[in-house]
Amino acid sequence: MIAYLEIGYLLSTLSFITGLKFMSHPKKANLGNKIAALGMILAVVISFFAAYTKQIPSTNLVLLLVALGGGAWIGRYMSKRVAMTEMPQFVSLFNATGGGCAMLLGIVEGHRLGLDNRDALTQVLIISTIVTGALAAIGSMVAYGKLAGITKDQKNASVIYASRVLLASIILFPVLYHLGALQASFMMYLYLILALSLFYGFFFVLPIGGADMPVVISLLNAVTGISTALTGFVGDNKIMMAGGIFVGAAGILLTFMMCKAMNRSLFKVLAGTFKKAGNVEDKGVQVIQEISLSETALQMSFARKIAIVPGYGMAVAQAQHVCAQIQQYILDKESELNYIIHPVAGRMPGHMNVLLAEANIDYQFIKEMDEGNEEMSQYDLVLVIGANDVVNPAAINDENSSVYGMPIISVHQAKKVVVLKRSMNTGYAGVRNDLFDLPNCSMLFGDAKTTLEEILKQLKMI
Amino acid sequence: MEFLNQNLELVYFVVFCVFIGIEIIANVPAILHTPLMSGANAISGVVTVGAVTMLMQLSSSDYLNLTLATIAVFLGVLNISGGFFVTGRMLSMFKTNQKPKS
Repeated sequence: MIAYLEIGYLLSTLSFITGLKFMSHPKKANLGNKIAALGMILAVVISFFAAYTKQIPSTNLVLLLVALGGGAWIGRYMSKRVAMTEMPQFVSLFNATGGGCAMLLGIVEGHRLGLDNRDALTQVLIISTIVTGALAAIGSMVAYGKLAGITKDQKNASVIYASRVLLASIILFPVLYHLGALQASFMMYLYLILALSLFYGFFFVLPIGGADMPVVISLLNAVTGISTALTGFVGDNKIMMAGGIFVGAAGILLTFMMCKAMNRSLFKVLAGTFKKAGNVEDKGVQVIQEISLSETALQMSFARKIAIVPGYGMAVAQAQHVCAQIQQYILDKESELNYIIHPVAGRMPGHMNVLLAEANIDYQFIKEMDEGNEEMSQYDLVLVIGANDVVNPAAINDENSSVYGMPIISVHQAKKVVVLKRSMNTGYAGVRNDLFDLPNCSMLFGDAKTTLEEILKQLKMI
Repeated sequence: MEFLNQNLELVYFVVFCVFIGIEIIANVPAILHTPLMSGANAISGVVTVGAVTMLMQLSSSDYLNLTLATIAVFLGVLNISGGFFVTGRMLSMFKTNQKPKS
């Protein structure tokens, strides 16, 4: 009986590795996802049969089947209805369910361990499962609320203070308990840590700002993975350890990649701080040039090589479908139109690519930042749509700027830049954008979608 | 040290898993980072395996734990199902129709 369980788990582990490995190419990724999903079904089914005996009460079986069926159906239903712009909060929500599952498992394990057990290692593992599970569950719920626009950022000092005190107590209490200084039963200690962790998860994500959300989602994803792995250690279950560690390691790597792309240290993101710009006022009023709609359309029709740099503003304005139509028009004229995407464009890493894919834009026209920068001087015209900080040349030129050092798309090296913007408001970093002063840059004010629709209309008339 | 010696096999297992986890995603292009995160999220739903096993071992009169474990199974399956279905939906949108222009 144990033999087929071990072989089945091995197959599932291999399917997870294959699934993640195939994610490195868009053509194979969908197949990889299916393989991983099959491996998951295999793991759940063989675990069921391995634990099944005739003695299992029918109540348990009924509950199990209802939970399995209900969860699978609701998950499928929700995944079909979600809009692609809502993907970041959706991923957060499902991350919360994974963390919640690990947390509840930890609590039940704790109950079963009872009062007499003095095995310190198991106790530490269970408490760690509960801490990480609760942190992932509540943290992801707060992240969900923020991304969905329900919760606001709370940056006041009391929130940050509360979060530090909670973190300190989560470290302190286990030390006291295992030294025997905390006179409490294991259950009391467990519930105390549970409550602290739930509060910490809440206060931990609350002060983190909008543009730092990609880092937080990625980090919470990793925490869920770690929690899963810890649960696996408690039950000595290889598939849970392997799956959890893969997700944890991958999530932590991705978190550091995000931080690097934003030139932010993980510590600063977590502390919820942002270096304020020192000498914003010194440079005086910005002298900008405006460009008219028809002029933009005219320039587009003459340009042989055009790039679009999209930001979250484009997704908010739902302008990606108009972009696809404009692209079709440009391609029909045998000119070139590419998209250059900053690694942290959108509300989660790679979000912008999904939005463009949804608009049926072929991924071969999508360039990553480095590739785009290499051939930037060849572009006749660059349209910046709803992006701001990621095209600010101050990141390269101005050592005093708070965005200095952040990798940017160097659109200022193109022959001509047109920035589509609603107003002259600054971006998330709150820094003035030196790009707008440059002689090769013009501004086109208005809603991205309406503006692009007008441009398309004019292009067709030319 | 004694602990390490007793669990050497486990230590190897953990170290290898960490390396595999880092290696397999190091080459994923930025274009696929969202599906990658969503797919990894679905894989962390493997915690359901533990919840299923747990629910089957509980006594049917242990109402508190039974309730908690049932919710755990429900949440875990929700994670798996939602995660894989939505990743599939995203990935099916990434397609290339035209031949690359020279």
